[in-house]
Amino acid sequence: MRREPARALADYTPLFFPALMLIVFFVVPFSIMIAVSFFKRNPAGFYTPDFVFDNYARFLTAFFGSVLGFSLLLAILVAVCCVVIAFPFTYLLTKRSRAVQTLWLVGLLSVLSLSEVIIGFAWSTLFSRTAGITNLFVAIGLMKEPVALLPSFWAVLTGMVYQALPYTILVLYPALVRLDPTLLEAARTLGASPVRAFFNVVTPALRNTIVATLIMVFVFALGSYLLPQILGRPSNWTLSVLITDQAIYQSNMPFAAAMAVFLVLISLALVGLTLLVGRKENAL
Amino acid sequence: MPGLSINSITKRFADFAAVDDVSLSVPDGKFVCLLGPSGCGKTTLLRMIAGLEEPTSGAIVLDGDDITRVPTHRRNLGMVFQSLALFPHLSVGENIAYALRIRGASKDDQRKRVEELLAMIHLPGFADRPVAKLSGGQRQRVAIARALALSPKLFLLDEPLSALDAKLREAMQVELRQLQQRLGITTIVVTHDQREAMTMADLVVVMGKGKILQAASPIEIYRKPADAFVADFIGITNLLPAEADSAGRTTVLGAAVPGVALPSGAAKATISIRPEDIHFAKPGAGAIPGTVSFVRDLGGTVETFVEAGGTTIVAVATPRERPNVSVGETIGVVLPPESCVVLQP
Repeated sequence: MRREPARALADYTPLFFPALMLIVFFVVPFSIMIAVSFFKRNPAGFYTPDFVFDNYARFLTAFFGSVLGFSLLLAILVAVCCVVIAFPFTYLLTKRSRAVQTLWLVGLLSVLSLSEVIIGFAWSTLFSRTAGITNLFVAIGLMKEPVALLPSFWAVLTGMVYQALPYTILVLYPALVRLDPTLLEAARTLGASPVRAFFNVVTPALRNTIVATLIMVFVFALGSYLLPQILGRPSNWTLSVLITDQAIYQSNMPFAAAMAVFLVLISLALVGLTLLVGRKENAL
Repeated sequence: MPGLSINSITKRFADFAAVDDVSLSVPDGKFVCLLGPSGCGKTTLLRMIAGLEEPTSGAIVLDGDDITRVPTHRRNLGMVFQSLALFPHLSVGENIAYALRIRGASKDDQRKRVEELLAMIHLPGFADRPVAKLSGGQRQRVAIARALALSPKLFLLDEPLSALDAKLREAMQVELRQLQQRLGITTIVVTHDQREAMTMADLVVVMGKGKILQAASPIEIYRKPADAFVADFIGITNLLPAEADSAGRTTVLGAAVPGVALPSGAAKATISIRPEDIHFAKPGAGAIPGTVSFVRDLGGTVETFVEAGGTTIVAVATPRERPNVSVGETIGVVLPPESCVVLQP
């Protein structure tokens, strides 16, 4: 379908309201944050308007650099885990009957109604030594005695994957439902085993969906700051935790703002890079 | 025995029998059309032959080997789907070479075979084009070439031409038939278009409600339909009530039709007569009296509708033998006995 290009200003009127919302709730606050990131901190009070690079300079130390690196790595790992688990699951789900699909989707939606705090404490109980799943393993003879699985990096990862998985499935579901089932059948009549056909045909046909889902989960995971604190050691804390700490407990708004701006820029660059690579491969 | 043989195969979905105890034997190298209205089970039957659907009972035997439980990817068949199912992320050449790639053929062999197939479907030099850039007819050809890449034993097509416009469809029917004869490959096509079946098939299998109603050559199906459903589904026909009088003579709508015998013992039956077999005469003995209700002159053919004895009889003539009748005229309709087919009740 070809659409007429917009000509008069009146053609753009439907855009005014969303544009206004975007300006009031995103552009203005974000601009204020950028401005604050250049302000000078006033230890006695809050901050004084200025234009200094101190906040960014302080950020460029090994400590904050490694926290930034860890945050990005964790977010990438969460995104990859979610897609690797959710993609085959969602694919198999679309092969079930309508009723089964609805049941699963309702169940997954109900997970979304849980707050991050509840998820965090539920997993911290599950991973604990006194009441955790290791007691189950002991009961069925897999382990000698119960152990605490937290605080640890794996606990953080599990909690975050658990939290992001329903979103992943809900984003993948429409694309997988719409996928033409005869593509897979065609591959099978041409001699591909079902598993091979899945990787040859289904995965490449949904490349763009998979990339978009990876980016969404990545951005989602980057903002997580509660789960790392509940389930992890201080070494597992993400940049979001440090930003919260600086902004709320240290009252160092300019430094927190600088870190936030930096995080946004880095993630934008990563997302842009992914899209660029994707486009180049598509053009081949 | 070479060829495909289907032995009393049944497919049930819950308590509905999509294919109900169907047996069919397809000699090697023949072109078969499974013909029927939607929901008659023809696609399900084809999908069972392909292994995409598991039969509830019965067996499928190809060249003497029972393949009923053999998974699709080990059956050595080529299939063209209604949606064509070309892989959107691959080029024309990669689509065609897919089956070769799966079997680990060398790049050189793949390229050679692709060129060969592209020449066969009259699309030389198309190997590097993306499938999205092809026209409907070109996509159709590519799907056919892809299915034939490994010279399979069995070539299956599920409503392959339904997405094309009428003109292109007719041209592709001829092309497909010629290709099949050149390759001598056993081919089964599912279609609901009787013209398509008549054009291409050696053997037309008419299905209805999960059963085979008649399996015969196209001209036999047309000339000697087994029942009213087949007669009505294949082309246009007139279904008229016939009665036997006390003397054993057969009459149709009051006119005697000598030489047409009803099944012994039956007083009533239905006969089928094709519109092009009907003649007109002056009203009188041996003719059914009727009134011309409409004349449709299509240029190439002239269709005359005659109201007689409460039914409408359709007659078709070429302009050369144009009947000299006009609407409202009373005429006699003559049914040549050799063209009347007495149908099974």
